[in-house]
Amino acid sequence: MSAIQSPANRVWWKQPLDRVEGSWIAIAFVWCLVMFFMMPYWHVYGKQNLSNEAYRTTPEMFSGKTQAMVDKYKVREETDLKIPVVHPPAGSDVYLIARLWQWWPMLELEEGKTYRLHLSSMDWLHGFSLQPENINIEVHPNYEHVVTLTPTRAGTYSIICNEYCGINHHTMASRLYVVKPK
Amino acid sequence: MAVNRMFRICPSTGLSYHEPAEKLIRWNAVAGVVSLLVGGILALLIILTRWQAVHLLPPDWFYLVLTVHGLDMLVFWIIFFEIAVLYFCASTLLRCRLAAPRWAWTAFVLMVAGALINNYSVFRGDSSVMFTSYAPMGAHPTFYLGLILFAVGALIGCFVFFGTLVLAKNEKTYRGSVPLVTFGAVTAAIIAVFTIASGAIILIPTFLWSVGLVDHIDSLMYRTVWWAFGHSAQQVNVAAHVSVWYAIAAIVFNAKPMSEKVSRTAFLLYILFLQLASAHHLLADPGLTSNWKIFNTSYAMYLAVLASMVHGLTVPGSIEVAQREKGFNNGLFEWLRRAPWGNPCFSALFISLIGFGFLGGISGVMMGTEQLNLIIHNTIYVPGHFHATVVIGTTLAFMGLTYFLIPTLFRRELMFPGLAKWQPYVFGLGMCGFSLFMMGAGTLGVPRRHWDMSFAGNPLGYEFPGMAYLMMALMAICGLAAIVGGAMYLLITVGSVFLGKKIETPGFAYVRAKDGVAPTTRPVEVAFETHGTNIGTAGFAAPGTFVLAMVFLVAFVLYYFVNWKYLSTVWPLS
Amino acid sequence: MANANTTSPIAEDDIPDEPIPAMQQLLDNPFLLLFIGIAMPTVLYIIWGVMEIVGIPIAK
Repeated sequence: MSAIQSPANRVWWKQPLDRVEGSWIAIAFVWCLVMFFMMPYWHVYGKQNLSNEAYRTTPEMFSGKTQAMVDKYKVREETDLKIPVVHPPAGSDVYLIARLWQWWPMLELEEGKTYRLHLSSMDWLHGFSLQPENINIEVHPNYEHVVTLTPTRAGTYSIICNEYCGINHHTMASRLYVVKPK
Repeated sequence: MAVNRMFRICPSTGLSYHEPAEKLIRWNAVAGVVSLLVGGILALLIILTRWQAVHLLPPDWFYLVLTVHGLDMLVFWIIFFEIAVLYFCASTLLRCRLAAPRWAWTAFVLMVAGALINNYSVFRGDSSVMFTSYAPMGAHPTFYLGLILFAVGALIGCFVFFGTLVLAKNEKTYRGSVPLVTFGAVTAAIIAVFTIASGAIILIPTFLWSVGLVDHIDSLMYRTVWWAFGHSAQQVNVAAHVSVWYAIAAIVFNAKPMSEKVSRTAFLLYILFLQLASAHHLLADPGLTSNWKIFNTSYAMYLAVLASMVHGLTVPGSIEVAQREKGFNNGLFEWLRRAPWGNPCFSALFISLIGFGFLGGISGVMMGTEQLNLIIHNTIYVPGHFHATVVIGTTLAFMGLTYFLIPTLFRRELMFPGLAKWQPYVFGLGMCGFSLFMMGAGTLGVPRRHWDMSFAGNPLGYEFPGMAYLMMALMAICGLAAIVGGAMYLLITVGSVFLGKKIETPGFAYVRAKDGVAPTTRPVEVAFETHGTNIGTAGFAAPGTFVLAMVFLVAFVLYYFVNWKYLSTVWPLS
Repeated sequence: MANANTTSPIAEDDIPDEPIPAMQQLLDNPFLLLFIGIAMPTVLYIIWGVMEIVGIPIAK
């Protein structure tokens, strides 16, 4: 009986497994287990894991912390909008605000040093997309995500927004500088 | 109450159609095709905008059109067609009258009204919030209202389907178990009920928020529950198009499932685990732990992937066995070489199967890996993946089924048969290129849902490499080919349904319940047929399919680990 | 519906010659499947996920 008709056998459950199907199920199942265990494996032995550290916050609280960092570590301003560039000490907590339609402030980090990057949005969802590294993290309002990251190569990087955030979404872009440690 | 028991038997296929069911299947299919038409025109505009050299639409129109395209294609086209498939699988395949046709019509009216209201709200211009409508970005209340009405309609449709199963069992229109294709439809309907329930949980509060009755919608909560709706809706498609694959194999080749047990258990794994993959969308989000992410994104140890890999083997495997039994038993691939490549039902099935597996399946599992998602999330790789699953997998399979339905259901001859021969190739291969180049651009970081990857006039803009522009241009060119293929489909189906030559068949006649539509035979204890004794090689009934499956596995393993290698080169994160 | 159960006696020969295996009975029961198909993702995905979100600590 074909697949559009009822099975001919009253008890079809007892049909012995065909050799083609049996072999394939065994092989595919092993592969599924390999893929599954790759994820915990990478948590232990791999270096690229997204942090689980997150807090509930408010836009006011988060922008307050960011402002404090900017006041302390601002080194210069860029573009007509006078966006501050901050150079916080290696190993410190750095803050990045996502808002319509800007990343604020600009960060200058040192190569090979590890930072705790705090991400939050002031309004809608935004997408932290670091190019050309291609690291992509969702940024939520009212949640503070703390990501520990280590820039490995000096250079000028871009942060673009890759979560649709309204009519000027495509204008939301900023820079991230990675410099050699002095 | 008098029950409509008017049936007709299609002389060429032997299928029996219940009068109200036939009308409902037709109307739902037609509403689906209309949505496909609108969505397709918008697809053309999107392609011509993201092709940076043409850059057709202004930003406000681009985001508006992208929103409508997503809704019309992912929701309206597919769900209308799926409701048609559900009614077909319950009423026609079980030779049973459709339960509660009035409710089914109510469902249809609600769905049409919902789709219209939702499209209206976006075309107003203040609801360009994309298919996902992530709160706290708000749309006009009618946006959510339209979706809710549509969902309620679809839910009623699902219960008409379940009701028909009950009727068929009570009236003994079949004996034993339902056909495998109907079982696949049961799977789709179950996932649909979960999908719609999740949609209600999140869209009703969001609607109340949009009219000011609720004052806060949490963005993370919204995304988590919304994806139980948004992603599961695509899992309904997977279950539905896998059933359509089995149906086409049965229709074209009279193929038997290799084993009922294996195929049905694979569907059971879908029922249990497929919907967990909604977590694919939340891997780059804060606050959900790795435990939750790993368990859910892997469908509990990839058991639903196992199921898809099983279907991917058993569908072509059953075709191979059927072909070998017909005498195409030489070598590994004579069965495939001698397949009816000019029959659009078959070519659509085959391209759908290969494209879904190789492009959609592999890419989906890769980017659904917790860590690998970091280098993929929200890039244009994501639409590259789901155009391979939803368009090549689902839409193309549905297109293949339509070529079968036009003569038997609409009782019209197919117009432009020469064109129909080529349609699956133009559409399918165009979409394969389209998806592939999108994925290529995505690995270079090109964002999805983005009007201008060149950041023209922006002093802080990022300059994508030339290769990214090339990928986007190639994507657009392949996309245009697919648009041509889609237009061919619309021309053939709309032409045939409205202007095609009528096929004269016996009309509807009254059938008493106790007579049944045709005598049903009671399944008996018979010896199981063993394949592989006289066909195939080395005890393998379908050795060619097994070889193809191994090729697939090798491609899968290589691509998977290439991406881990690539991930290991990006900045350390923890 | 009215005459659904009054079919001819030959059709009523449902004396099982061999019990249907439990798994086949499960697969033949769409409503049991509907129940587990909704319960599984509701518990494992929605409820577990929502509990994690609710449990996110407040920033200092």
